[in-house]
Amino acid sequence: MIINHPLLGPRDAAEFVYLGDASLMDRPDPEAENAAEQFYEYGYLRDNPAGAHQELWYHEQGDRSWLVVTRDTLTHEITGVKLARDEAKKRGRNK
Amino acid sequence: MSQQTHRISGGLIDRSSTLEFTFNGKKMQGHPGDTLASALLANGQRLVGRGFKYHRPRGIFTAGSEEPNALVQLRSGAHQEPNTRATVTELFDGLTATSQNHRGSLEFDFMAVTDLLSPFLSAGFYYKTFMWPKAFWEKIYEPIIRSSAGLGSLSMQEDPDIYDKGFLHCDLLVIGSGPAGLAAALSAARSGAQVILADEDYHAGGRLNAETYEIDGISGSDWAAQTLAELSAMDNVRVMVRTTVYGAYDHGVFGALERCTDHLASSDGKPRQVLWRIYSKRSLLSAGATERPIAFGNNDRPGIMLAGAVRTYVNRYGVSPGKQVAIFTNNDDGWRTATDLAAKGVDISAVIDARDIEPPASVPGAAVYMGSSVVDTEGRKGLRAITLASGERLEADCLAVSGGWNPNVHLTCHQRGKPQWRNEINAFVPGGTLPAGMRVAGAANGALSLGAALRDGTDCATSIMADLGFKSKASKAPTASDEAHASSAYWHVPESRPRAWLDMQNDVTVKDIKQSYKEGFRSVEHLKRYTTLGMATDQGKTSNIPALAIMAECTGKTIPETGTTIFRPPYTPIPMGALAGRARGKDFRPYRLTPSHKWAENNGTTFVETGNWLRAQWFARPGEKGWRDSVDREVEMTRASVGICDVTTLGKIDIQGKDAAEFLNHVYTNAFLKLPVGKVRYGLMLREDGIAYDDGTTARLGENHFVMTTTTANAVLVFRRLEFARQCLWPGLDVHLISTTDGWAQFAVAGPNSRNLLSKVIDAPFDLSNDAFPFMACSELTICGGTPARLFRISFSGEMAYEIAVPARFGNAMMGVLMEAGKEYDAVPYGTEALGVMRIEKGHAAGNELNGQTTALNLGLGGFVSKKKDCIGKTLSQRPELNRDDAIRLVGFKPVDQSQPLLAGSHFITKGDTANMANDQGWMTSVAYSPTFGHSIGLGFIKRGHERKGEIIRVVNPARNIEVEAEIVSPHFYDPEGGLQRG
Repeated sequence: MIINHPLLGPRDAAEFVYLGDASLMDRPDPEAENAAEQFYEYGYLRDNPAGAHQELWYHEQGDRSWLVVTRDTLTHEITGVKLARDEAKKRGRNK
Repeated sequence: MSQQTHRISGGLIDRSSTLEFTFNGKKMQGHPGDTLASALLANGQRLVGRGFKYHRPRGIFTAGSEEPNALVQLRSGAHQEPNTRATVTELFDGLTATSQNHRGSLEFDFMAVTDLLSPFLSAGFYYKTFMWPKAFWEKIYEPIIRSSAGLGSLSMQEDPDIYDKGFLHCDLLVIGSGPAGLAAALSAARSGAQVILADEDYHAGGRLNAETYEIDGISGSDWAAQTLAELSAMDNVRVMVRTTVYGAYDHGVFGALERCTDHLASSDGKPRQVLWRIYSKRSLLSAGATERPIAFGNNDRPGIMLAGAVRTYVNRYGVSPGKQVAIFTNNDDGWRTATDLAAKGVDISAVIDARDIEPPASVPGAAVYMGSSVVDTEGRKGLRAITLASGERLEADCLAVSGGWNPNVHLTCHQRGKPQWRNEINAFVPGGTLPAGMRVAGAANGALSLGAALRDGTDCATSIMADLGFKSKASKAPTASDEAHASSAYWHVPESRPRAWLDMQNDVTVKDIKQSYKEGFRSVEHLKRYTTLGMATDQGKTSNIPALAIMAECTGKTIPETGTTIFRPPYTPIPMGALAGRARGKDFRPYRLTPSHKWAENNGTTFVETGNWLRAQWFARPGEKGWRDSVDREVEMTRASVGICDVTTLGKIDIQGKDAAEFLNHVYTNAFLKLPVGKVRYGLMLREDGIAYDDGTTARLGENHFVMTTTTANAVLVFRRLEFARQCLWPGLDVHLISTTDGWAQFAVAGPNSRNLLSKVIDAPFDLSNDAFPFMACSELTICGGTPARLFRISFSGEMAYEIAVPARFGNAMMGVLMEAGKEYDAVPYGTEALGVMRIEKGHAAGNELNGQTTALNLGLGGFVSKKKDCIGKTLSQRPELNRDDAIRLVGFKPVDQSQPLLAGSHFITKGDTANMANDQGWMTSVAYSPTFGHSIGLGFIKRGHERKGEIIRVVNPARNIEVEAEIVSPHFYDPEGGLQRG
């Protein structure tokens, strides 16, 4: 597979390490009332879609960027690649 | 003089030069341009091997990579290579080939008796015949089957050749250099695109070299040569012959195998083969078509060949496979073989066409049988005669069979594309979703005539170039005639009585397909697995479709209703050596060497692999009888005076930024905000699920500058997790990370004389006194007259100790400097064993304890989880189940009988209880013989361990049937108050 890195252009997937569902960025608020329940869901529950899937890839043999890659799990077609840092900020993780 | 009894005129061979080769020791001759198969046929050698299951005599069946029969063993000694197709083996001077799969000589194979047992060896015989009695399987049946079946044999020596890997990029990859591929490559290349043209053959041109058609008024092979010359002269084109594109992968990535020196007598130090990974923006599959046979009685004898192959041997190689050739066809193309052979003066005895139509051509001298068929053949080691359905017997030493052509759709299936049936050509063409960026042209796409293939190739290239934004020069397709290729759906001769072969490599017959149907294995996938059809090294290139047609006939369905199999990579077999490339032996997983490796090598070190690292395990001295002598001495001398250990392998991460301290607060369980500059702190990390992950020390070198250490094993993983935390969880923090594990060489200097030793190497005016540089202090400084260094006062051994770091390039020299400075104190180098003994004596947790199942509480580090702040893993570490009153705790163990050793992995049982799982109290994680205390000591996890100090417990090892009694003690055997390390 080839991942079109937002900074470096197309790179072979072999340069990356795969982590999984991009929901791993949405770490719950530890101060929340039901924090334990939220962390349980965060840690253990994942969707497993047949189709578009947002997932985290780490450019370990490259610039060490974490990327959010939207990949079709049926065809491997990649329809979007973003810097995870930008995406995390967009999701409200500013600290 | 020449034994080339079957050589005729013409062909693309160089007759000015003669090549000598041997087959089964017999000397033969051929010419440059020959394959081994064409040379064998030229020498009249029809019998070349034995069948897989029944050991029937077999000959050359095709002229290409689809060959099921003519598998031979090439070369000798360590270079021996089994199962090589003679039809694609380029002849060279001195080539040695032997036939395989027979006992005794090829002519008199003792195993041929299995042919008489064929009634017992039909479809599914593995599952039926050898099931009972069960005990017979391993001892009797399996060895018999293993020795009688199978193909060639390995040399059992290491492969002496070199293999390489490479990467290529292009706008357009053209797969196959036949008429469509050449036309497409030419059109694309002229518009300026980067083009790779790959072909498995050594002579590009595909069927143009095997046919007598003309293009633009010149012979097809001349046109191919001209076109190739033009392409080869262009800078934007790479023509790769002897290169098989074997797999289509995601996003336009292809695997290709280039055979660089297989056509030479010796590789001469060069890579024998190169495995290429080709990145293409677009690809064009122009892989042509493969002829299929018709199944009839005894259709597997040497001398029975595909009609297109016979034509290829005559036209391209100047070899006539027979002196008296008969042709059996169900289509117009078979007649082309008849007319081509007749034009070369080969004697055609008969043309038999299954169709009852007007003969499509006239063949001088040949008897023509329309609406007829071949039902049986004669000739034990080679064809002598054929019998027609009418009962008429005709003499022939070669029978050319044509059952029509199958487009080579293989690569279109590699991303689960599903071929579609096309009635007008009675064949499957590419269908479904093709690999991204792929187009198919020419015969591979069902354009079976030459003119159509050329037009298709040109048109595809033009549209691809437009798609890629290249300005296409108006290129006209080369012109050629559209030859007749009408075919019929005629798959086997129903009137045949004897066995009729479909898959000749796995010995599957028409009867096997019918039996599979009768026994209920009707889906294509079941059929394959039950009969082993198409599962040999040729992957059923000639047999799958006829077998499918026969299954359709049995079920009364159409072929598309019956289904088709799809293909997986590789298109043809890939040697393991090519897949391995240079990553062989130790190069598969190279060692990482510590900076002081050379010094250690020169000082009698025994090394140990720890992960990728090669580390000093101990440093034996003359007279020491075993490893324990050395390790005990290293511990004793370190504790008595001073020892030095290379600890570079610990992960080092440089952390900078104004939010660096806050960042550490998030990833460590304990607080780092208030760590003063110039101080080091122990830190513990959890996984988000609350389990302990890694530990180490982190030094604050400046307000916004920290240096973290990790365990050796987790160095890469911790860094990855920190980057995740930095970019994905807390992207607003101003903090940056870089791994400096390889940047700094680091040495532990431990023992009461460590300060005295170090004071000799550090530059003035640095004050090393306990007041100025106490326990857990750190600083940047210079040593040895200006060399930059970092000094940390930390201790893993429990002694007064330091770790000193210098830029890695000074590491080896530094070891020498430290040892020289330590001479007056009898300084000793110590390895990983002594390091481990001292850490167990001190009660530090390591990998055995941080095993992915234990919590901070279990480790006795509960106090390190700050109550005042959040950190990764904190919330889930508070789960009730992880905080039970009877949770296991890390404690120490010493044997009651001090002469007894403790064993790691032993389980703890309360005295008086039965030793079973229900009564299990915990387990021993680390043990060592402690030279300091003179007996074995252990660390382990036991329920409520912190409340059980002084209790005598059973230490049970059922696996070794050993049990000892031990006392539960503090894990900190050595200097529990820590006075020494603070001293």
